[in-house]
Amino acid sequence: MAGLVSRLYRGEVNVDFVGRQKLWYGLSAFLLVVSIAGLVVNGLNLGVEFKGGSVFSFKAPSATIEQVRGTVQEAGAHQVIVQTTNNGWRVTTESLPEAEVTAVQNAVTKRFGSDVTLQVIGGSWGGQVADKAIIGLIVFMLAIILYLTMAFEWKMALAAIVALVHDLVITAGVYAWSGFEVTPATLLGFLTILGYSLYDAVVVFDMIKEVTAKLGTTSKVTYTQAANDALNHTLIRSLNTTLVAILPVAAILFIGTTLFGAGTLKDLSLALFVGMIVGTYSSLCVATPLLVTLKEREPRYRKIAERLAATGGGTGARTENAKAARQTVAAGASKATAADDKRKKK
Amino acid sequence: MLLLLLALILAMGGVMFLNKALTPEYGLDLAGGTTVTLQPITPDGSDPSEESLNLAVNIIRDRVNGSGISDAEVAIAGDNIVISVPGVGQEEVVKLVGTTAELRFRQVLAIGAGSPTPPGEMATQAPTPSASPTATGGQGTPAPKPSASATAPKPSETAAPGPSGSPAGRGLSSALTNPSPAASAQPEKAATPSARAGRNGTQEGTQNGNTAARQGKGATPSAAPSASASPSAPPAAPEEASVAGLELGGIDDAVLKEFQALDCSKADRGQGAQDDPNKQFAGCSDDGSVKYILDKAAVTGTAIDSADAGQEPSTGEWLVQLSFKGQGPEQWTKVTTTAFNSQEPRTQVAMVLDGVVISAPVIQEPITGGRAQISGGFTLETATELANQLKYGALPLKFQKGSIDEVSSTLGADQLRGGLIAGGIGLALVVVYSMLYYRGLGLVSVLSLAVATILTYQSVVLLGHYAGFRLSLPHIIGLIVSIGITADSFIVYFERIRDEMKEGRRTLRAAVEVAWVRARRTILIADAVMFIAAVVLYFLAVGGVAGFAFAMGLTTLIDLVVVFMFTKPFVALLARLKFFAKGHPLSGLDAERMSVQPVAGPKTVSQEA
Repeated sequence: MAGLVSRLYRGEVNVDFVGRQKLWYGLSAFLLVVSIAGLVVNGLNLGVEFKGGSVFSFKAPSATIEQVRGTVQEAGAHQVIVQTTNNGWRVTTESLPEAEVTAVQNAVTKRFGSDVTLQVIGGSWGGQVADKAIIGLIVFMLAIILYLTMAFEWKMALAAIVALVHDLVITAGVYAWSGFEVTPATLLGFLTILGYSLYDAVVVFDMIKEVTAKLGTTSKVTYTQAANDALNHTLIRSLNTTLVAILPVAAILFIGTTLFGAGTLKDLSLALFVGMIVGTYSSLCVATPLLVTLKEREPRYRKIAERLAATGGGTGARTENAKAARQTVAAGASKATAADDKRKKK
Repeated sequence: MLLLLLALILAMGGVMFLNKALTPEYGLDLAGGTTVTLQPITPDGSDPSEESLNLAVNIIRDRVNGSGISDAEVAIAGDNIVISVPGVGQEEVVKLVGTTAELRFRQVLAIGAGSPTPPGEMATQAPTPSASPTATGGQGTPAPKPSASATAPKPSETAAPGPSGSPAGRGLSSALTNPSPAASAQPEKAATPSARAGRNGTQEGTQNGNTAARQGKGATPSAAPSASASPSAPPAAPEEASVAGLELGGIDDAVLKEFQALDCSKADRGQGAQDDPNKQFAGCSDDGSVKYILDKAAVTGTAIDSADAGQEPSTGEWLVQLSFKGQGPEQWTKVTTTAFNSQEPRTQVAMVLDGVVISAPVIQEPITGGRAQISGGFTLETATELANQLKYGALPLKFQKGSIDEVSSTLGADQLRGGLIAGGIGLALVVVYSMLYYRGLGLVSVLSLAVATILTYQSVVLLGHYAGFRLSLPHIIGLIVSIGITADSFIVYFERIRDEMKEGRRTLRAAVEVAWVRARRTILIADAVMFIAAVVLYFLAVGGVAGFAFAMGLTTLIDLVVVFMFTKPFVALLARLKFFAKGHPLSGLDAERMSVQPVAGPKTVSQEA
């Protein structure tokens, strides 16, 4: 382990991410199928804010928040939001069937001896809020494709978006299977993932672009190998970034689940926690292999691959190639920096 | 750079202290707020359609959440609409959203004092209720109660046309639009509204002046707004008086009866009356002093393209500027032309909001170009309020207020505390990790994170104070996470520096600069992606999503500020220190640990893991 860490530190690790496309694709396909199955079979456990629910109002001056919440939960409600008003208590639950409404009313009357009024409330996050968020997402994806096509190229844009959708579906799948409540907080967590996932892919792609820009017809490495080396080059960064971003989330998730049981903290941090792990995985193991698959179809990169295969530079000598590739990376990098230096001197 | 940043932080801190705004404003989930239930009123008492309820919810949401960052919530509850606004004591905001805001422009057909008038008396009021009181500035006018307005304007008053400057007109308009007691105007003034139509060629004039002006067209009206209308002879029109005081031509009998029976001294001013745009309408002014017979609506609120609060450049008076779309400009030109070519009082075009005349300026000339403005004693707040109501459209239903409750936060304070503690622990772990991993450079990242935290906190407090930004728990968690992601910018940069150093061909000072050029590009592209996400979602989404997107954009900008203004200059500064330049083992830059050549033994020779 220590050896691995110090190798990571020196950037000496060379994991063949791209070469194991089939493994990653298989794994991702599996996760996606499981997630979609979860969404279809279980569906998402949408919160009161989306679906609407029942609001019970009553007076109980001497009760505590815990007593009120406990009473309502015992009567059969699952999602319970307790508020005090200048008029007593206001308890919001999911839409309850009539029998349970009566049960809650009876339980409250029995426990606190007060009359309970019921109001059926619609979702404050339903309808238009959700619709507009979806429209926003679609426009956002188009804008990102456009931007990445300009900053990089359309193949990278496509790969990044595929990775993004991949992350969102898997995260949603985790919610479907775990039955965690999807609240507005969760939705906002998804949005954070969306930014994070793209951010990660962009940093990786930027490095791939820099390294592969130097590939010419006489290169000793294929696009695949160069991309893989670029990936390894940023590996330490990817891992560091993930670790740094995930530490606070893990802390919040831990405290949210152990100390509070239910609530915004848990809803939000689970989405972030899962999303970040999947996001890092996908930028390394989904976005990049996908990009390579797309790029290797280009004639100029195919030619390099064919030539190298013909001269025995194929899979058998992969280690050699990897070394050569890393030298290319280093040489490329120093060439670039030398150029920078020159520009500076001028 | 570092000094600039320091100045920025101090400046923001200074503003915070000056405003005594030291803590952020919290959202509904953390601070609680006010919950208001609005009950729709339908003319026939039937249940409102789901469609109109949904439309009403959307419009109310826009109004209450104008800039999208106030964390207010609007939901349908049965047939009612429940609005929750964060912070207590916000009944004002809630009142605002219950207003229907149905705006119509109607030509004035006849004018009378605010109380029911026996037909006989009507004749005596005529010909012109257009007394022009000497300018009193409106706001300060000690006004008779609306009931006093039963006394019709006397001829003597009519005969006292002061050289009325704009204040006379303003007095009226303010009285009409501003329900505050100080603003109520004398009834006589009703007939001397100042025309504020057209954007630049704002014209003003008393009706008196206008009469004169129209006789010699072009002589006066286009004078500067303040120097309005020349003093004129009392608008003597005895022959009109003989026509029963009112030019009744074209007035519907039913509406005339309504008009005669109309009592504007009632508290509600007839507000909430269903004014059918396709029928003539009898309505009161806002202060109840004057009542009008108005023609069919010439332009309706649906033709409003935009509405903004603005200031009259010369007087500094607040007004609401409108621009029309679709058929609007044409209709507006048409009605102003008709009014211009009519005899008074039909020279006035009334702006009717929810069945109440809020302003009825005299039209000085036909207005083309599809713009109009409503003036009258507005303050910044009232003008903005009206502009927002008009901009977001009229509610399809009328509402009465049901219960108003102050509610506590939905989350216990324990959740906030828990979140903050957890976030703190998380950030502490980040600090420990970067110190272990980057050693000396870790110090830079820790300081950078500290700067990012300070900037974030300051921005949130100031935005809460000035823009109504409200922090909910998801925002807080999002901000903590974003600060974590900010660390990525440093990591990208540090890794680049180490790359440069590994090659061992340059000094640290050179490496810092070269690495910066390349890291900068990566950071800019990555941040641009985040920023696009934030901007798109802010403008397209509504409610909490928009608020969150706003926070996301904010942290992205802060990330850039920190990296450009703090991390880079600070690292450059450190690079001059011997401790770092010589690659001290604790600096995180020592050659040995970063060496490409394996030192730990042959087993680390590159191999596939």
